[in-house]
Amino acid sequence: MVWSRKDLVGLEELSKEEIELILQTAESFKEVSTREIKKVPALRGKTVVNLFYEPSTRTRVSFEVAAKRLSADVINIAAETSSVKKGETLSDTGKNIEALKADIIVVRHNYSGAAAMLARNVSISVVNAGDGWHEHPTQALLDIFTLKEKLGSIEGLKVSIVGDIAHSRVARSNIWGLTKLGAKVTVCAPMMLIPVGIEEMGVELTDNIDKALACADAVNVLRMQFERDSEGAFPEQLEYFKKFGITHERLDKAKKNIIVMHPGPINCGIEMSSEVADGANSVILEQVTNGIAVRMAVLFLVAQARDTAPVINIKGGAG
Amino acid sequence: MKILIKNGCVIDPSQDLDRIADILLEDGKVRRISHNIKVNGETFIDAAGKIVMPGIVDMHVHLREPGREDKETVVTGTRAALKGGVTSVLAMPNTSPAMDSPENILTLKDIIARSASNNVFICAAITKERLGGELTDIAKLKKSGAVAISDDGSSVDNEQLMLAAMQKAKKGDIPVICHCEDRAISDKGTVNLGVMSTRLGLRGIPSASEYKRVERDIRLAQKAGCRLHIAHVSCKESVEMIAKAKKKGIGITAETAPHYFALSEEATFDYDTNKKMNPPLRSKADVQAIKQGLRDGTIDTIASDHAPHTENEKEIEFDRAEFGVIGLETELAVGISELVETGLLSWKDFVGKVSFNPARILGLKKGTLAIGADADIIVVSADKEWIVGKEGFVSQSKNSAFLGRRLKGLVDYTICAGRIAYRSEGRTVIGL
Repeated sequence: MVWSRKDLVGLEELSKEEIELILQTAESFKEVSTREIKKVPALRGKTVVNLFYEPSTRTRVSFEVAAKRLSADVINIAAETSSVKKGETLSDTGKNIEALKADIIVVRHNYSGAAAMLARNVSISVVNAGDGWHEHPTQALLDIFTLKEKLGSIEGLKVSIVGDIAHSRVARSNIWGLTKLGAKVTVCAPMMLIPVGIEEMGVELTDNIDKALACADAVNVLRMQFERDSEGAFPEQLEYFKKFGITHERLDKAKKNIIVMHPGPINCGIEMSSEVADGANSVILEQVTNGIAVRMAVLFLVAQARDTAPVINIKGGAG
Repeated sequence: MKILIKNGCVIDPSQDLDRIADILLEDGKVRRISHNIKVNGETFIDAAGKIVMPGIVDMHVHLREPGREDKETVVTGTRAALKGGVTSVLAMPNTSPAMDSPENILTLKDIIARSASNNVFICAAITKERLGGELTDIAKLKKSGAVAISDDGSSVDNEQLMLAAMQKAKKGDIPVICHCEDRAISDKGTVNLGVMSTRLGLRGIPSASEYKRVERDIRLAQKAGCRLHIAHVSCKESVEMIAKAKKKGIGITAETAPHYFALSEEATFDYDTNKKMNPPLRSKADVQAIKQGLRDGTIDTIASDHAPHTENEKEIEFDRAEFGVIGLETELAVGISELVETGLLSWKDFVGKVSFNPARILGLKKGTLAIGADADIIVVSADKEWIVGKEGFVSQSKNSAFLGRRLKGLVDYTICAGRIAYRSEGRTVIGL
């Protein structure tokens, strides 16, 4: 298996083998972060630009650390300070970054499809760090990496994703990645927050949290972004916690070793109790650590693909 | 001036014609259709093996002039039309200023007189500035030359106002063209609501935003007794409602656009903004229903909804990109490839959908090759294949949903008012 894509836009278009290749590559990079000198020269002389149109600390820092551990030079561009406000289009910004002879753009954008659009307008690599409600592939990859590390294999696992599925790029990427690797995925949310036709993506639906937890090997709890509820689809915060919040009482009825994940930052007392977040089942901090390895793998693979042409454009077509 | 078109397969549903014949054009009119016509001093077109049909009457075109000449002008739009075999267009009123007063119509008529290469008919607005608040003077607009009224791009939300408009249209004997969309339902949606909107993480537009308004406008038109034409039908419920209304004898006609029978929502998989239009590309079941509606006559006509936009308005994030695609230069070939080649429509039915039917809906003496009719005729190589490319477009904008697609059917000659206005050799638009 050789990686031949210049970009990583989403997990939807990846094959099972491609996902496994990223995970394997991440395994070998994980050790780098345990060394005394936490650096390898894999991307020495390469430039990685973090182009963030949405505020993000975790993901941006994680990408920055990953790129630096690969010896790449990193430049951070936050939308507030860029020429976006002067009316420059995303594609123009991308072409300018390309003209600076950067090698990889890591893009975070509030509009779905922005990463795909950027990817087809530049010849350098584009890594999606989250686009609108669409995908957040490296988050799902680190979730899957963590699960695999804990449970050995994804095949046959039962994973429940709880929270605002409708507006979640983390949910979509996890659904694609997990189902491709043979897991059984259940999404659990108030019906208002389950998008139309999601069952056609190969998942089960429920609005009953106890059912979602009953036989699950793992539960991935999404952040409820109350601040973004523009459509009034969200229940009250307390009511949400009562109906969907992950608590010890609820976990007592689940599998004893159920793994609890969260992409962060957590709203304690809304999505889960702080006891659960800090409890024995939680792997939340390990997710953060694994995020570095997974992002190192992704940056390494896309850079390598461009060095060894021919290159496949991820979401081609379009004029 | 005489033109003799020899040995073509002449298709004219207005005379139930589908046979090899010669056509003689003289002084801008169809003079004779017969075997073996021999005259002297004429321009001669060898149409052996080709289709000869009335020029397309496209009743849904945005020429953008006045106001948005950066997208399209009457010059570029009508030249693009000629290349696509379109000899008559109905220019939609969402210009700037909108076609809501006799003065504005006069301004546009001046522009047309100066710069149009084919026949441009004018659709006037229903409400002032198309804002849905106050009716235009429909009788005066008709007197100024408008052949239909529409607030295309928007629907008149106020039911009482719409009814009043329809009653005035009835009195003035002018058809009402409805862009059926309930904005309260479509809201900020950009693609069809369903598994595609979910996969892409985009806000969906349910079919209900269209068919609920179709339902309302049928009800109002029945009350008013006016001629109602439903623009760009995209979903199966609308087709069903229109079929039912027709059965009841309500005076209603309907149109669809090539993208609604040639493409489904799956085509938006890569966020290509050239697949973003309003109404959106629908499900495969809807596409099937549109095709069935064309076949059984529920849908009377195919119009391009030619909607030019600049690259700056299209090659941006999907949510921010403008709705709409160009279509004048591809509609004939998409129709031939998707409807005729597949056996869904006979040549005669297809030609009717793109020429005679829209002319009849608008009350125009077009879309026919009857003796004495205006000589608006096209000669088509029906089996010539080509690939749609940006470079080939005459239109000022290149936002086609069919870029890269292989199509069958190329216009060899477009004759407008008895003169050769376009011929494909050397790909030149001659103009009038």
